[in-house]
Amino acid sequence: MFDIIIIGGGIIGSLIGRELSRYRLKTLLVEKAGDLADGSTKANSAIVHAGFDAEPGSLKARFNVAGNLLYDQLCTELSVPFKRIGSLVLAFSEAELPALRALKQRGERNGVPGLELLSGEEARRREPNLSLEVVEALSAPTGGIVGPWELAVAAAENAMDNGMELMLDTEVTAIERTGQSYRVTAGGKSLETRLVINCAGLCSDRIHNLVAAPAFRIIYRRGEYFVLDRGEGNFVNQVIFQCPSERGKGVLISPTVHGNLIVGPNAEPVPDPDRRETTLAGLAEVRQAASRSAGTIAFNAVITSFAGLRATPDTHDFIIAEAKDAPGFIDVAGIESPGLTSAPAIAVHVAGLVRERLGPLEPRPDFNPSRRPMIHFAHLSRSEKAAWIRKDPRFGRMVCRCESVTEGEVVDAIHRNAGATTVDGVKRRVRPGMGRCQGGFCGPRVVEILARELGVPLTAIRKDGPDSLLLTGATKGVREAVHA
Amino acid sequence: MKRDLICIVCPTGCHIALESDPEAPKGFRITGCTCKRGQEYAIKEVTAPTRMLTSTVRIVGARLPRLPVRTRSDIPKERLGECMALINELTERSPVAMGQVLIKDLLGTGVDLIASRSL
Amino acid sequence: MNDYEIIVIGGGPAGLAAAIEAHKQGAGRILVLERDRELGGILSQCIHNGFGLHIFKEELTGPEYAERFIRELESLGIEYRLDTMVLELREDRSLDIISARHGFETLRARAVVLAMGCRERPRGSINIPGTRPAGILTAGAAQRYVNMEGYMVGKRVVILGSGDIGLIMARRMTLEGAQVLAVAEILPYSGGLTRNIVQCLDDYQIPLYLSHTVVNIEGRDRVESVTIAKVDAQRRPIPGTELRYLCDTLLLSVGLIPENELSKAAGLRLDPVTAGPVVNESMETSAEGIFACGNVVQVHDLVDWVTEEARRAGRSAARYTQGRLRSGAPALTTRAGSGVRYVVPQGIRVENLEQNVDLMLRVTEPRHDQWLVARSDGRIVHRAKKAHLTPGEMESLRIPAGKLEGLTGELTLCLEEVEK
Repeated sequence: MFDIIIIGGGIIGSLIGRELSRYRLKTLLVEKAGDLADGSTKANSAIVHAGFDAEPGSLKARFNVAGNLLYDQLCTELSVPFKRIGSLVLAFSEAELPALRALKQRGERNGVPGLELLSGEEARRREPNLSLEVVEALSAPTGGIVGPWELAVAAAENAMDNGMELMLDTEVTAIERTGQSYRVTAGGKSLETRLVINCAGLCSDRIHNLVAAPAFRIIYRRGEYFVLDRGEGNFVNQVIFQCPSERGKGVLISPTVHGNLIVGPNAEPVPDPDRRETTLAGLAEVRQAASRSAGTIAFNAVITSFAGLRATPDTHDFIIAEAKDAPGFIDVAGIESPGLTSAPAIAVHVAGLVRERLGPLEPRPDFNPSRRPMIHFAHLSRSEKAAWIRKDPRFGRMVCRCESVTEGEVVDAIHRNAGATTVDGVKRRVRPGMGRCQGGFCGPRVVEILARELGVPLTAIRKDGPDSLLLTGATKGVREAVHA
Repeated sequence: MKRDLICIVCPTGCHIALESDPEAPKGFRITGCTCKRGQEYAIKEVTAPTRMLTSTVRIVGARLPRLPVRTRSDIPKERLGECMALINELTERSPVAMGQVLIKDLLGTGVDLIASRSL
Repeated sequence: MNDYEIIVIGGGPAGLAAAIEAHKQGAGRILVLERDRELGGILSQCIHNGFGLHIFKEELTGPEYAERFIRELESLGIEYRLDTMVLELREDRSLDIISARHGFETLRARAVVLAMGCRERPRGSINIPGTRPAGILTAGAAQRYVNMEGYMVGKRVVILGSGDIGLIMARRMTLEGAQVLAVAEILPYSGGLTRNIVQCLDDYQIPLYLSHTVVNIEGRDRVESVTIAKVDAQRRPIPGTELRYLCDTLLLSVGLIPENELSKAAGLRLDPVTAGPVVNESMETSAEGIFACGNVVQVHDLVDWVTEEARRAGRSAARYTQGRLRSGAPALTTRAGSGVRYVVPQGIRVENLEQNVDLMLRVTEPRHDQWLVARSDGRIVHRAKKAHLTPGEMESLRIPAGKLEGLTGELTLCLEEVEK
């Protein structure tokens, strides 16, 4: 019998798992996909918001501001890239100034420090590429950028280091209340647990409805993004937002923690959570909207585009509470923006809910909040590089030319707890495939390393999902006739 | 008969026009070639077309699992499928030298299958 | 000892020819650095024929062409390192390298020759919308899997791009038992050699759709369908012209870009059109003593021209180390005029020419019966009549050195109609 089963291995589930691993609890995280961070966590803006956007008094506002404060320590402990670069919200006309001022007031009510209104000239002094149309900007210095999937993986790894169990490829199909506990049917297994925490993101309403009366609905809103080459990474220095208008929230332009530039997202409702494709119209919309902030974005330096889904709750605020008709079943649902920012604070809060249910929690005496630091070969000094190669010659073999990632790092990413088992899993953890060649050079090498380290044939290696085999078989084994 | 074709003998790719003419030498009136090889190709292409075949075969005991191979010269186009089927049956053993004959007189065409590299 | 006379970065056809030529010119210690596990570069996976028609007067396959140079390099005793990556090259010709065998090292050279080749443009850079399943790869990556590792990458294939790599892979995949359903090309003409249209598409009845591009990809884990559509003169898809293919693979042959990571980091001036380093008549870059040749300078169609260009670079690098190359900025710069997309070299120091200069160029669109003209100050310096010109086939204009004596400023290359 488990104490806790967490359903969903995104940023929320992973951070809750880590928080709970501080205590002597038998915790299991189940994830239906083949890897962590498979849903919204792998496809979002990667922004740690300052907190001026959320409605004062809402859970979004409370957890955004509290979560933001936890990021420095969290990312240091988990060896995850995080940069508090600050953000600007741009107003392009006199008509937008009231909305900008309202944002500032809201931020102040939410407890956001350092908010300041800047003139258009001052905004352009700090950001020379901004459009001349900018009349005023709201500066929020506590905004930042992070690696979201790295954070989810790191949190799960650390949680596992501290005793949490993880089951991937394990989809929950039934939940039954059995007396004081729950029986969760997942991946063909029957799992007993005292508490269930529903962090199933896009599927959280379906999971809720397995054991309780429907209480909320998740609406899927897709956002499309462009990612630009690292050469464009300093096109802007901060996260550049647009003032919300009746047209919507606007699109952002931001550096990423890896030095790329990200542009997006739009917001389009889609009928089901599988609609993660990019579209001609959506990308065009993003491009149009972004050019308002800066007219010279180098769209010819785009290296990839992607789309992500927001799990928007029809209640308009986070749902973080025990289900009324299912004691011990805790929903952590509808975590759309500012979900990433809020996640660390949500995790602490949920640990409190667990404490309310289970009584005082005994801390784990050997809890280690830090995971073994990630080695970023490219950032090491010459002598450190030399030392690492002497220690392990696999650091002397470059696998990803674009991002300067060595075989040693790839092997490490496979063998850590919550390690990579797919090509995208390697990409998520150590970056081969994220650079300008998008896997052209490193792809075959990563496949080879995965096969070797996992002890499986190359034809068994997947890109990501269960049916994403890369190679269909060996040559010389095919029967079809040649029609010459 | 009349045919337009593009010569594949060299990268220039001359546009050739052929017309059967019993009075003309070799039975065809040919225009558009810039060299003799092109003329020969054009006639061959409409009477008995041939192609070079390049492929790989399985190899064991080498650093790579496949050895690139080719026909030493061109073979009848309609026999490419048969030849591929035969090539697919081969398993060579390293070491193989570039130019080494792997199959002599491929399917009676008079053309050898040779290794394209040492492995 | 970490000091060399000449270090060549890249052991493919360009690097091999440059190193061999430098050796023949009497240069001192030469070292070739190669990141792969064997020499030969991209030729190792180009198992088709068509190589060496000019250099060897024979039609060889890629591996055969490479092996001739590899044997010559080894017989000359030229040093080379495999499985070695150059991390950084600096203007002072020192470089940092890593390898599993030797660890981290800093080497120094009196001259460096860049011969890193090029890479393929990925899906992301042309913004193909749709899902991101397994089964989308560049034609060259597929070629490596099929020809060297011996794996099939799919069973039902659509190919985007009618450049040579796309055409060659259409045939290769078919011969290995896959079904190639269509080749789509966004331009109104093919980018590959015409002979390849015949022997790779026509021979196997694979349809070629010109003025078409991919507008959607479906499939969650693996490709399930690819939709192509016709495009208008502005290359925008025309609604209603969609053709949806049920398939499991999309191969992309949508452009090659010189591998310019090292060049950029070393501060070399890059040509915005070729994306390779700007070079002069000796294949020397904007940094003294750093030379470049092959696909890293401009993407070539025929390896024979790569070899010629690389021999030029190797010879120049040797002469440079022997103090026999006149230094300084070129007095004459080339410019792409009407109908011409780019010209290499971008600068000419006439005093360093031996007999002539070969200007290599590509035209902007297919043309027939044109004069390829080099003008200085409006005056015709040299010209040649060309019957067929197309962007997919590199052209050259050989100008005798004598005709360039005393010229300064710009030498403009353009196309002019042949008067009827």
